[in-house]
Amino acid sequence: MKNLPSNLNSIIMHVVLFTYTIICLFPVYLLVNNSFKSRRAIFKQPLSLPNEDTFSLAGYSKMFSRIDFSIFFYNSAVVTIITLFFVLLFGAMAAWALSEYKFKGNTMLGLYLALGIMIPIKLGTVSILQLMNTLNLVNSLTGLIIIYIAQSLPLAIWILTEFMKQLSNELKEAARCDGVNEYQLFFYIVLPLLRPPMATVGVFTMVPVWNDLWWPLILAPSNGKQTVILGMQQYIGQYVTNWNAIFASLSLALIPVIIFYLIFSKQLIRSITAGAVK
Amino acid sequence: MKKKFPFHIIVFLFPACFIYSIFMIYPLIDTMRVSLYTQNLLGENMDDSSGVRAFIGFRNYYDLFFNDTWSWHFWNALKNNLYFFLLHVSIQTPIGLLIAAFLSNKELKLKNTYRTLIFLPAMMSIVIVGYIFNLILSNLWGIPQTILGVVGLEDLYQPWLGLKGSALITVSLISIWQFVGIPMMLFYAALLNIPEEILDAAKVDGSSGLNTFWKIKFPLILPTVGLMCVLTYVGNFNAFDLIYAIKNIYAGPEFSTDLMGTFFYRTFFGYQHQLGNPTMGATVASTTFGIILIGVMIYLFAFQKRITRYQY
Repeated sequence: MKNLPSNLNSIIMHVVLFTYTIICLFPVYLLVNNSFKSRRAIFKQPLSLPNEDTFSLAGYSKMFSRIDFSIFFYNSAVVTIITLFFVLLFGAMAAWALSEYKFKGNTMLGLYLALGIMIPIKLGTVSILQLMNTLNLVNSLTGLIIIYIAQSLPLAIWILTEFMKQLSNELKEAARCDGVNEYQLFFYIVLPLLRPPMATVGVFTMVPVWNDLWWPLILAPSNGKQTVILGMQQYIGQYVTNWNAIFASLSLALIPVIIFYLIFSKQLIRSITAGAVK
Repeated sequence: MKKKFPFHIIVFLFPACFIYSIFMIYPLIDTMRVSLYTQNLLGENMDDSSGVRAFIGFRNYYDLFFNDTWSWHFWNALKNNLYFFLLHVSIQTPIGLLIAAFLSNKELKLKNTYRTLIFLPAMMSIVIVGYIFNLILSNLWGIPQTILGVVGLEDLYQPWLGLKGSALITVSLISIWQFVGIPMMLFYAALLNIPEEILDAAKVDGSSGLNTFWKIKFPLILPTVGLMCVLTYVGNFNAFDLIYAIKNIYAGPEFSTDLMGTFFYRTFFGYQHQLGNPTMGATVASTTFGIILIGVMIYLFAFQKRITRYQY
């Protein structure tokens, strides 16, 4: 009898959590599921899985005939990967300087760089657009990449600094005794040790960049330079009535992020719960 | 003896500081400067920096707050945005807390699966989420009618996103649905960080589960609750994508879903018969910046001071 209350508790917890999980997944299920169905079936049986009669790839073929989604994917991938590379490199370099060396203004500089975590870069849009015009970077992926690097650096530096403070001194001192200079120390010894926090920084950089609408909308709205999200948004704006194609394009834009998340979720969640992000 | 500033430190710091300062800090400050000017709007290219600008001090701010052309939209967007935020805090935070409290239970099975799946929507593009719900809630598809029909309540259905009275609440609930995972994760992390001894001591003293939660765990994670509130506040006043995806920049019906982000966009780029106005756009952005700053200050001074005594 003693176990009864705790059993009851765990049943209640499972019911609540399970229900909430269903609420979270239901819209995603509806979307992806219906992207593989014929138009009739979307309206007649929206909840059921596709079967022999209702399975259809009409939406996907319609979409691919109208626009070249592969260009958008290419653009998004290029922007995301290059951004990530520079955020990790520059972020790690700055975090290393802030955590390793004592110099005048260290704390102030750390605070200055952390400001960007709280202040949304969107608020500088008016001047950024002007700046990009002057630099001739409007309608280019380069402009997007630069903005994304600036936007992602503060959080990356914060997370990496916290991590670097925990690195053991012995390793660094041993290397220094062997006559390794500061650059070699950083690039050959410290950088390879950063894999765990880099996964976290990677997710926190890549997901917002991949999902962003604002900057592609403002900086690269013209043909051939759209990211997936902007391209999809413009496409849906044009073909509001073709539900197959809408479901197909939404699913296509969504699935990469889901796959990416499921691959990295363990690492991401572990680092959040370990207190890397406070 | 004064040493020369070591060159390698500069090398390590330069790239990050340069990009961050030029493309983030400078534009923020420059936006505030631009907000003190007025611009000849007849220029063809509205983001053309060569357009003639004249210094007018705080006139733009006066117009934004008190001149009918702007003020109705401004106060409307601000009011909607505050409501949007209050709904988030009062719904998202408790749900996140409840789920986190359940997940922090050590004996619970499948908790990693729950955690991963409940966090999933937070990883999705807001634009996609907006479109999905636009379809789900549309008249044509009939999903809510079907679901409500199961329990015999199909008459309850209304085109919630299209009605002036319910559009903002519906949009807020969609956003809450998407981001519940974030408070859940932060609270979960905070609950895991509570020292084991404290909880053991409570158990020995005969404290029940619920009692332990409210009297011991909750006060200890209060700093995280405060942090969550301020993060939500900043995020909410930065919101744009969701309204844009569901309602476009017109934030209908009758601007009932207009937030500072959409108002900023319309002011800057123009819409229908209104020309884009970069300097007024800068004024809206700077005002939003001020609003965000006020929220962060309140958190830092009032909230954090009061809760420091709970720290362990």
